[in-house]
Amino acid sequence: MKKNEKATDAIISRYKAGRRDDLIPLLQEIQEETGYLSEEAIRKVGKLMGLSTTKIYGLATFYDQFRFTPRGKYHLVVCNGTSCYLNGAGAIVGKIKEELGIEPGETTRDGKFSYELSSCMGGCMHGPILVVNGKYNLKLKPEHVQSIIDMLRKESEKL
Amino acid sequence: MENIKKFLIDRVLLFEHEILPDETEKVLKKIRREKYEHPVIYISSGTGSVISGAESTYIAAKSYFSSRNSEAQIINTGCSGPLNFEPFICIQLPGKNKLFFRNITEEKVEPLLDGVFHNDIPEEDIVGQKGSKDYGMWPGIPFIDEITFFAGQKRIVLGNCGCYDPESIEEYIARGGYRTFIKTIRNYTHSEVCDIIERSGLRGRSGGGYLTGAKWKSALNTSASSRYLICNAKESDPGAFVATTILESDPHRLIEGIAIAAYAIDATTAIIYLKAGTGIARKRITKALEQAREYGITGHNIFSSGFNLDIQIRTDPGAFVCGEETALIASLEGKRGMPRLKPPYPANYGLAGKPTVINNVETLMNVALIMENGPDWFRSIGTEKSKGTKIFSVSGKGRYTGVVEVEMGTTIRYIVEKIADGIRDGVKFKAVEIGGASGYFVDEASLDTVIDYEVMKEKGIGMGAGGFVIIDTSTCIVDFVKYYMEFIHNESCGKCIPCREGTARMFEILESVIRKPEREDSFTTLERFKGVMQLESIASVMKDASLCGLGQTAPNPFLSALEKFRDEFEEHIFDRKCRANVCRGLRTFVIDVEKCTGCTVCATRCPQNAIYGTRLQPFFIVEEKCSGCGICYEVCKFGAVIIK
Amino acid sequence: MLFSITVNNRKITAEKGETILSALNRNGINIPTLCRMKDFTPTGACRLCVVEVEGRENLVTACSEPVEEWMNIRTHSPRVIKARKTIVELLLSKHPDECLFCINNLDCELQRLAAELNIRERRIKGRKIKPGIDQSGHSIVKELSKCVLCGRCVRVCEELVTVSTLDFINRGQKTRVGTSMNQDLNFTSCINCGQCVNVCPTGALHVKQNITEVQEYLSNHDYLKVVQYSPMVPLAVAEELGIKAPKDIDRILNGILKKIGFNKVFLTGTGTDIMIEALAEEILKRTDATDQSPLFVSACPAWVKYAEQSLHDELENLSKLKPPQQITGSLIKTILSKQLGIKPQQIYSVSVTPCTAMKFEARRDSMMTKGICDVDSVLTVRELVKLIRLYGIDVSGTEGEAADEPLNVRSALSVLAEVSGGITESIVRKIFFRLTGKDADRKMFRNIRSGGSFREAEFAPGGRKIAVAVVDGLSGLPRLYQSIASGRKYHIVEVMVCPGGCVNGAGLQVCMSKEDLKNRVKQIYQTEESDILQIETFSRHLADFRGKYLDKDELLKDKKILHTYFSKRDVLL
Repeated sequence: MKKNEKATDAIISRYKAGRRDDLIPLLQEIQEETGYLSEEAIRKVGKLMGLSTTKIYGLATFYDQFRFTPRGKYHLVVCNGTSCYLNGAGAIVGKIKEELGIEPGETTRDGKFSYELSSCMGGCMHGPILVVNGKYNLKLKPEHVQSIIDMLRKESEKL
Repeated sequence: MENIKKFLIDRVLLFEHEILPDETEKVLKKIRREKYEHPVIYISSGTGSVISGAESTYIAAKSYFSSRNSEAQIINTGCSGPLNFEPFICIQLPGKNKLFFRNITEEKVEPLLDGVFHNDIPEEDIVGQKGSKDYGMWPGIPFIDEITFFAGQKRIVLGNCGCYDPESIEEYIARGGYRTFIKTIRNYTHSEVCDIIERSGLRGRSGGGYLTGAKWKSALNTSASSRYLICNAKESDPGAFVATTILESDPHRLIEGIAIAAYAIDATTAIIYLKAGTGIARKRITKALEQAREYGITGHNIFSSGFNLDIQIRTDPGAFVCGEETALIASLEGKRGMPRLKPPYPANYGLAGKPTVINNVETLMNVALIMENGPDWFRSIGTEKSKGTKIFSVSGKGRYTGVVEVEMGTTIRYIVEKIADGIRDGVKFKAVEIGGASGYFVDEASLDTVIDYEVMKEKGIGMGAGGFVIIDTSTCIVDFVKYYMEFIHNESCGKCIPCREGTARMFEILESVIRKPEREDSFTTLERFKGVMQLESIASVMKDASLCGLGQTAPNPFLSALEKFRDEFEEHIFDRKCRANVCRGLRTFVIDVEKCTGCTVCATRCPQNAIYGTRLQPFFIVEEKCSGCGICYEVCKFGAVIIK
Repeated sequence: MLFSITVNNRKITAEKGETILSALNRNGINIPTLCRMKDFTPTGACRLCVVEVEGRENLVTACSEPVEEWMNIRTHSPRVIKARKTIVELLLSKHPDECLFCINNLDCELQRLAAELNIRERRIKGRKIKPGIDQSGHSIVKELSKCVLCGRCVRVCEELVTVSTLDFINRGQKTRVGTSMNQDLNFTSCINCGQCVNVCPTGALHVKQNITEVQEYLSNHDYLKVVQYSPMVPLAVAEELGIKAPKDIDRILNGILKKIGFNKVFLTGTGTDIMIEALAEEILKRTDATDQSPLFVSACPAWVKYAEQSLHDELENLSKLKPPQQITGSLIKTILSKQLGIKPQQIYSVSVTPCTAMKFEARRDSMMTKGICDVDSVLTVRELVKLIRLYGIDVSGTEGEAADEPLNVRSALSVLAEVSGGITESIVRKIFFRLTGKDADRKMFRNIRSGGSFREAEFAPGGRKIAVAVVDGLSGLPRLYQSIASGRKYHIVEVMVCPGGCVNGAGLQVCMSKEDLKNRVKQIYQTEESDILQIETFSRHLADFRGKYLDKDELLKDKKILHTYFSKRDVLL
């Protein structure tokens, strides 16, 4: 956690001017570096910009990109583009929701899983697509989701 | 490297005459690899290709040559073919035409290259050849622009895609790039450029279809200390990938277009607004910008013209509504991306209160071409009022999917039947959805509509920003409309009531139509029917009273679906039937007593515990408990579970 | 420039530059609005004010569109009415059906709109959302399900109060008004001023109600029930009841309170007087000494919380005197318990104020004496009126009565504490009287009585220089600090969070326009001028009071009775 705080400070120090139009790039950088926007980070950004943290929280919740809990060990991304939906992405999302019990942008309590929906990835012939930590799983069926998650669970237990 | 840069700047970019001397051309040919003594492998490596495994193909090709100690160039390019050809690669042997091969996954690399080097072209992999018809031609192999998908397209804007290394500014310049920009800032005034673009008839490709030149003029004529040009590279349609493809394949022409547009409106800052999560596109445009800066294409006092330009990249943090101009500006200003009241329009009062022009990628890609070839050339393409070409990202159930560029005036039917080559898997065509979440359905009856702003508007279809989804009879129209409504009710900014509440109600009503009700009687049917009746009135108020385009166009998919597929809606409401068998809530499963072996697989997998029975005896499904998920249907090895 | 436009086939005059709405309203044509607030820029969010303008494809929002000479407008065409009606129906589709139990029942803009548009059935059904009630705060309750997301509270909190505790959270269907990191109100930077409550068109934001607990105690014979009220209260009660304030409204209110069941009625004004005198003393001391840091008046509880969370360096300059309500409260319990020989905890002490933040103030740890609250319950004026109605009291038939000893007299000056700059004026006048033996001329205070959110003035009572600054609404704070940074020195700084002062408090009926507010301010100044207990007379009385209680009683010499402390607060700003 200390590491994250340091990284946040380092990023903030690059945005000394505290201009409002730098707000989103600044938050994006912090999230890229630390994986999420912590309360502390929001507080610091607020101080820098002279903005109420509510404004920053309100802004960040408006956009899909920002999250307020650390990503899970396994981060799943489901393509929610039109083609993928037509090929059954809805059922995939439903299955993930059922299996993990969380909404997009959230992280499971044990910190193992998080997932989000993405707009069209451009792999329309291969839909539905599920990306697990950057690795593509193509032409997915709901039952594959089950086995992928089971496998990841086992893998994480081994470690 | 330094030498090449100096050469390209002095001898090419700043060369006064139109025609370059032969000796210069010779060097350029080398850069373009037209005269190259070793094999060249072009590997398509856009996002779509990477998903299909292009990275592994690249590694396999590299090791093929390194293990044989033979020299070859392996180039990553952008996507140029249909997505189902990915990984799509092109092999160029010295003195021969380029050969294109489809679906070259890593294990296919070795046999393919072996074959090609021994003049044995694997038939199942070859797509076609490209080049001259005499010298260097491969006998018996079709030319690529004659085969399905490519034939009938007019690839002008996409002309460079897949042909060159998008990470090499040298190659772009060697192909004539950036000369137009330099010519423009040296020879024309700001308003002259606006004039030329206006005369060309170029219209905004993001759906509205406003004259680009007129928009620029309006910004140029607003007195201000500074102006902004924003390139909207954030694709709004949930199923579109035109901008991403362009950024991945031809970033330099986009930069040239941006630079000319910025010059035209006298803006010194241009911003490329990228979509989040587009890693490759981001990498390539960033690199291209660095190169452009290095070559002095952007920066201070560009080639002593007195024109300054800084191009920045900003990433959309993820909100569909930021495709709307004022919301996009709010987002750039560090606010919630909520649209504001217009007027004032951004061209007069935009980013930081300064005149701001927002154009999308496709529009800007046309700019350098028009400046290079003249407005009359551009006017010669297309229809009377809609000039040039239009790019669609064709997806869905067509046999071919991918980014497609056609001349204005082409019929929708042509794209569906000739370019996408009809429907996959022998299912029947149902409709095309053009324009994504704010788009329209085009059914069989109106397939002959031509791509043209006016003609489409007359028929009640919007041009959209490039989404082109082909659906077949295995798609449920109600479910599909619900998908768009679900999407848009999450993406509405939440500011104005008609859009925020309207989209939510529409989604809920559509959901109730396809959901399994607690109990089924005439009352619930009436409720559903009333719901759909309300939908129409909500939709009309949304169109009439919403604050921005998002809300005004959000009911489009529903309205056009209802108009064209009313019977399907009614079937869902009254008969509780989904003819495409997509809507889970309406599916009833039963077990065929004859076929069931009592293996218990379905009962153990049923998430609702709705299947009962004794081992080795036929099982049965309790309808009240069944959620219609269809797992039993999928897991039964004996085909004993049937849909009633 | 004047010109005429056509509205509903009739010509009306319009002025260049004004909006369609203002032209319509001036000509007596009413159209509904929801997100609109006077004196704020229009956002066009609610779309209720849409009208049909010939030549325009879509409906146009009247609140934002400037009038043009060519315009032909239809304000109530079937198309327009359908749009308005559908919009309200959409809002109602997921609105909880709890109007009968809602605190804003019969006083709700949404209800009124539904009635005006003649909505008589639930045509559109929507999925209801969870109530989402946040009653963690002492002053304000937030109920998500009743929110129509008009954004008025968000804008008031940002633009008027400048605290920005509230903002829109999330997007699309999930949009709601929330706080930083979704914290409950009592953990946030909310300063309880209640301005958001004042502008909320529904019951989504409302003042926390303490009526029930007051009722319970009133019927409990083990307690001595006492009540205090501030000078604004009688006027406001009359306003709320819709009657013209009779001359002896103060005395009538005493009678009413007695009828309700309070054993004794006291005046918060007495506490104000004690505070003003003590502050005057302190200022005099400061002008003697070389200490040049300003003294910040700590009478506005919203301002105090703001300072505690945002201005940590300023805390030591905050006056350590308790605010009037608490001074009165602690005096009541100390004096009465001794006089009557009962325990302080047997006294149930209620305060009626125009302020919502005082509910919070009364619950502060630093406002207790030996573990006993100085004030037990705080009612706003509107709650008191509800109580009056609940007990069926006939106001016109109530005989006037005097307040009870010993806190039964307040000076004319104490009335001024209800307006911004009033406390400063009182202190300065007190000093004038101390040094010159005469009251100061009221005209001297013109500069701090009105004129923007930051006002300053200098006075020279008896040859001493006293510089004062009045911050009327926190939006004036930056200017104060600019001024201090440029080298200006002040002896007294008075900060009031609600623009205008307590007369604009959220416990009163909402001031719909600046005119209403001006009228209230005028009323206060008139009351002050016509009050018989002017500074000279009252000084004698106060001296008596001091002699009788404050100076004589060992207990009352305890500093804690009149003094308090402030501490830093760590909230997410």
